[in-house]
Amino acid sequence: MSHLLDRLTFFTRHPEKFSNGHGVTTTESRAWEESYRKRWQHDKIVRSTHGANCTGSCSWKIYVKGGIVTWETQQTDYPRTRPDLPNHEPRGCSRGASYSWYLYSGNRLKYPLVRSRLVKLWREARAVQTPVAAWKSIVENPEKRASYTRKRGHGGMVRSTWAEVNEIIAAANAYTAKTYGPDRVIGFSPIPAMSMVSYAAGSRYLSLMGGVCMSFYDWYCDLPPASPQTWGEQTDVPESADWFNSGFLLIWGSNVPQTRTPDAHFYTEARYKGTKSAVICPDYSEASKFGDIWLHPKQGTDAALAMAFGHVIMREFHLDRQVPYFEDYVRKYSDMPMLVQLEEKNGHYVPGRFVRASDFSDALGEDNNPDWKTVGWDSDTGTIVVPKGSIGFRWGEDGRWNLEEKSADGSPTNLKLTLITDEDHDDVVSVGMPYFGGQHHDYFEGTDHPEVLTRNVPIKSLKLKDGDKLVATVFDLLCANYGLDRGLGGEDIATSFDDFAPYTPAWAEKITGVPRDQIITVAREFALNAEKTQGKSMVILGAGLNHWYHMDMNYRGIINMLVMCGCVGQSGGGWAHYVGQEKLRPQTGWLPVAFALDWARPPRQMNSTSFFYAHTDQWRYETLSVDEILSPTAPDGDWSGSLIDYNVRAERMGWLPSAPQLQENPLEIAGKAEAAGLEVKDYVARELKAGTMSMSCEDPDDPRNWPRNMFVWRSNLLGSSGKGHEYFLKHLLGTQHGVLGKDLGEDGGQKPDEVNWHEEAPEGKLDLLVTIDFRMSTTCVYSDIVLPTATWYEKNDLNTSDMHPFIHPLTAAVDPAWESRSDWDIFKGLAKSLSEVSPEVLGVEKDTVLVPILHDTPGEIAQPFDVQDWKTGSIDAVPGKTMPNVAVVERDYPNLYNRFKAIGPLMEKVGNGGKGINWNTVPEIENLRALNGEITEEGPTKGMPRLDTAIDACEAILMMAPETNGEVAVKSWEALSKKTGREHAHLALPKEDEKIRFRDVVAQPRKIISSPTWSGIESEKVCYNAGYTNVHELIPWRTLTGRQQLYQDHSWMLAFGEGFVTYRPPIDTKTINPDIEARSGEGDQVILNFITPHQKWGIHSTYTDNLMMLTMSRGGPIVWVSETDAAKVGITDNDWVEAYNANGALVARAVVSQRIREGTLFMYHAQEKIVNVPGSPTTGNRGGIHNSVTRAVLKPTHMIGGYAQQSYGFNYHGTVGSNRDEFVILRKLTHVDWLDRPAAAE
Amino acid sequence: MLTYLNTVAFGIYPYIALAVLLVGSVIRYDREPYSWRSGSSQLLRRKQLVWGSILFHVGILLIFFGHLVGLLTPIWVFDFLGVSHGAKQILAIVAGGGAGIVCFIGATMLIQRRLFDARIRTTSSFWDIAILLMLYAQLLLGMATIFVSLQHLDGEEMVHFMSWAQGIFSFDLNAAHYVLNAHFLFKAHIFLGLTIMLVFPFTRLVHMFSAPVRYLWRTGYQIVRTKKGHSPAE
Repeated sequence: MSHLLDRLTFFTRHPEKFSNGHGVTTTESRAWEESYRKRWQHDKIVRSTHGANCTGSCSWKIYVKGGIVTWETQQTDYPRTRPDLPNHEPRGCSRGASYSWYLYSGNRLKYPLVRSRLVKLWREARAVQTPVAAWKSIVENPEKRASYTRKRGHGGMVRSTWAEVNEIIAAANAYTAKTYGPDRVIGFSPIPAMSMVSYAAGSRYLSLMGGVCMSFYDWYCDLPPASPQTWGEQTDVPESADWFNSGFLLIWGSNVPQTRTPDAHFYTEARYKGTKSAVICPDYSEASKFGDIWLHPKQGTDAALAMAFGHVIMREFHLDRQVPYFEDYVRKYSDMPMLVQLEEKNGHYVPGRFVRASDFSDALGEDNNPDWKTVGWDSDTGTIVVPKGSIGFRWGEDGRWNLEEKSADGSPTNLKLTLITDEDHDDVVSVGMPYFGGQHHDYFEGTDHPEVLTRNVPIKSLKLKDGDKLVATVFDLLCANYGLDRGLGGEDIATSFDDFAPYTPAWAEKITGVPRDQIITVAREFALNAEKTQGKSMVILGAGLNHWYHMDMNYRGIINMLVMCGCVGQSGGGWAHYVGQEKLRPQTGWLPVAFALDWARPPRQMNSTSFFYAHTDQWRYETLSVDEILSPTAPDGDWSGSLIDYNVRAERMGWLPSAPQLQENPLEIAGKAEAAGLEVKDYVARELKAGTMSMSCEDPDDPRNWPRNMFVWRSNLLGSSGKGHEYFLKHLLGTQHGVLGKDLGEDGGQKPDEVNWHEEAPEGKLDLLVTIDFRMSTTCVYSDIVLPTATWYEKNDLNTSDMHPFIHPLTAAVDPAWESRSDWDIFKGLAKSLSEVSPEVLGVEKDTVLVPILHDTPGEIAQPFDVQDWKTGSIDAVPGKTMPNVAVVERDYPNLYNRFKAIGPLMEKVGNGGKGINWNTVPEIENLRALNGEITEEGPTKGMPRLDTAIDACEAILMMAPETNGEVAVKSWEALSKKTGREHAHLALPKEDEKIRFRDVVAQPRKIISSPTWSGIESEKVCYNAGYTNVHELIPWRTLTGRQQLYQDHSWMLAFGEGFVTYRPPIDTKTINPDIEARSGEGDQVILNFITPHQKWGIHSTYTDNLMMLTMSRGGPIVWVSETDAAKVGITDNDWVEAYNANGALVARAVVSQRIREGTLFMYHAQEKIVNVPGSPTTGNRGGIHNSVTRAVLKPTHMIGGYAQQSYGFNYHGTVGSNRDEFVILRKLTHVDWLDRPAAAE
Repeated sequence: MLTYLNTVAFGIYPYIALAVLLVGSVIRYDREPYSWRSGSSQLLRRKQLVWGSILFHVGILLIFFGHLVGLLTPIWVFDFLGVSHGAKQILAIVAGGGAGIVCFIGATMLIQRRLFDARIRTTSSFWDIAILLMLYAQLLLGMATIFVSLQHLDGEEMVHFMSWAQGIFSFDLNAAHYVLNAHFLFKAHIFLGLTIMLVFPFTRLVHMFSAPVRYLWRTGYQIVRTKKGHSPAE
């Protein structure tokens, strides 16, 4: 009753004594114990996870008590693996365990917020005007517009209501669609796999409207372009359990225990089992201690190391001794036996393109796509044959697209790898290979070998329809490329590993600093293990390698090692690239929901790297000229222009997507075409060619081509991934910024040819920036409207990862707190508002959509030989062939809301599919009608399945995806069987009756079903491993040759010297320019390479404001510097320092550590600008973040399109935002200014 | 007017202060049992605390019990024992003054630590600082009265205070009248003392009630629950 009264027991107390009075008994109340017991009591446990892109995808128990989320612990109920293999559980890390802090923290967004200056203008205008007119009156008045855009990032947010902010956003979207076109409405949200319904909510809204969904995997530089180049595959990797099956684990630039924490136990377990491991990492990372050996090359020289490894492997396992398994593997599964033409250039030969069937006068009997069928030399018959499996077999015919060792006519083949024997070759000629290792770089070691290395190659002379041509096998060219002396003579080749010729271990020792004996040992043991285990050598690699400008070289160097040793597609072996949580397992079920493919196709999608490069005007500051990266062996042709020119050409030729697309409003084009009596696509082609219509990419600074409205959700674009942060602030947002360098206009640099130059660069392209988040992130601070969303414990969604084969949910443990709403409900609400507001200016409209030539579509074989730009007049503009496809899509703005919440008619009419195969999806839609209910309200969507709630969306995804619906899986394998002529359905038949529903995954994570969307399988026998079905089911890789393609023959690849892998030193971004060095008088400074790895004290790469994590680190921004460099400029641990270059400046505390390699500065990703960041004396602004000193630089080879595997795919292929070649100047901060004073008066 | 204020401050206010002290403490004990603690900052920094705390507590306990005995012991007890008022006053000045100095040194150390140790300051609540300053002020006032007392060593003044204190506890409606003519310093000292009682339940002083003095005389060092006649849940 009362604690006090309970203690008044004097008269009721009857203590008994025992043990001679040393003990007494008591009957005191025990009620106080309750509170200790209740500490760990809870009302319920709910299953959820963290949508963090960390690849962990760990299932968690969320504890709820009194309606409040109290804490979380790891789930341990993952389905078992199999005997002799450790299980996946427990999964989770300290970062995940700290997440519940966010729900009730001070940083939680509780109400819709809007910039006060904007809302004042809005309320004023709205009092007398309709919504769209009100918005128009604000943004068309430059003073009013600037009054709020210039204040972005300066505070001034006030609380509003959902009704009001929804109306503002809808009015802005409607105005923009009407005035400029819906493709000026942009949405950025990354990594659908981490919360696929949340992603789909926004992308469905945008796609129904005609807005643009922006890519992320390439922009994050997590996409390794080497993967689509070699395999035609975005990225496919083994699950972490497969590490256990490996005999040799090479950990290269990946910090497994720190950044793959929930999976790291497999690495430990593999080590206990006896797996050997080498760790390659410039710094002494947490992973380094796991290795039997730790190699620490100079950062950015990994390709040199990989070349030397390849040199050793080729020498010892392919030339001096031939390992039968390796020979067999490369013959069957790689392009090594394929024939390549040699072209004459400057007195010697250079490798040209693959020989095609069409090069022969009879096309070798091939009628269908002879341009796209590569050829080899059959040693049994001694004739040229067309082996099955090349891309020409994929399209236009059925049943011959497979990797059987047969020629097109079905006769068995035994392809020759080499023409080395005297009877096989006609001659030996010298072939020039570009060498970039001699390029001067202030901070990287080079050698003085010539820029073209001439190496002797055995050749055959072939009679082709255009005359005699010299040809060689890829294998022979590859040996020459690796500098291996095969007794044929030549320059700069090696017989011994100690010879100082490119790419021997001795050579690599000079470039990388790794002792040659260590290189030889690792290469030898890697290959020896693969020989003994038939391919169970694996390389785990990641961002450490992929974020360099020449990441393709690092990656291809490694991929070559794996192919040489037959490791790809073998369980326990292969390429384990772990960077982002890109594996959206039920992808083909998700795509229709996410991009509203049930209503209209195609959706608008854009590659973010090119977009941000153009629209944050980073191109105006470009310092890298094409000459610096062009190969001395480039084919003849015009290689002039700057990097953005190449991007513009790529967009024009239909290689890369565009957004905004055309200078004209795409809603007005169909009408004009009709008036002209032409089909829309013909009209667009005619007008473009005539120059009366132009593409937006040719003038990104013209106000008609600006992106106008932007949504950011599930992302911290401005605090995390926005490379060139200060350029974003200056040009896209138009607010206070720290750009220190001059643009090409002020600097007198080379201006682009294809892009219109404006003397005055625009500042503030966006009319409206809307961010949706659950916490006040750096991006929110810079936004005009901030919408509070449900946290990961307050919504229903789905989650998958590359690291394990399970699908599991996010579920709402509690309702969204305060006024927050789930992403699904937010966008549903916006759809409703847009439908209400739009009739003022929009009705049912015809939208003209440009689509690039897409990978995995029949159109991907568009441009087989020369690159020709229709703009130069050498070729006609043909949509889908020489320029982007043109499609017309109906937008029904007044019914957008109804469409949003119904599954539209196209699923039943057109079906579903992916990766070039299609299947009927009528039964699934019928099932969804029963499961979700059908719409009974009168109207255009009556009778369609409901898509009302997030759970409805989950069910739709699960129903339509082969990975979660066995019936669909069997259908999809059968569809693939038609293409390959081989039976594949056995992979899914045992699970045909399995249908995974949302409630199933809530009960327990479920293992997915094998599907042709992926190249690995789910089975009782093997772990999921990439390339498994290619090797074991003989399904071709989706490349030109149908094989793992080590040689890239597109003329742009050759022009930039990357036909074969080579070593290319980091580029010189020249941001440490003399202007900046002029500041050296201000104190001691040191120049360091700026590296941005993933951290230990934030939730993956995004959230660093979590108090618990901050407490475990230093509570604010930090950079890591080596003891030597720190000593040079008198920095001691925990000093405040400033790092700057032409891109901007940042401040942080220094962690001085012997772990860091001299010459590098580490700054962990995404340390929020909002936590303990003082001002920078150089810019005069608050801090700067890690991206304040970076700028994206495009690489032309990533723009290639219309060429088999080198065709655009959303997040699949395209330009990537690298940032590791950047240098900064570091100095001690003598005075720390927290800028804690009121803003200056206006 | 002066008489009226005197009655309010020393005739009525004591009952308010004592009532708040009593009722407030009971309510706090019942409703906020987890706040019933001394709020020690020893975990944050040991420096200065050990010496400061011991000196402060020794001094203040002597002073506290000195006041208790001195004020509430009926006058006839002293008379019966033959202790003259003057002697008692000398005793009070000497013992109280000595304890006061000890307490003063301790309190100074504690205040310095609380205000100027950044870590302690940040974690201090308003009342942590306020009560320490109040006690310090009270201590200084008390010590200052010594100089007044030294002006007349006959003990008469002290008898007035004893009468007043005992009057309060025996519901003598005229109790305030005993101190009407007391020196200002005494009045301030009494008033602040009453105020400390008033705020007592809202501060860490409540730990006084739970000082583990019973350990000194309780029997048995092993305390065991008995099942006899009780269900285990109770």
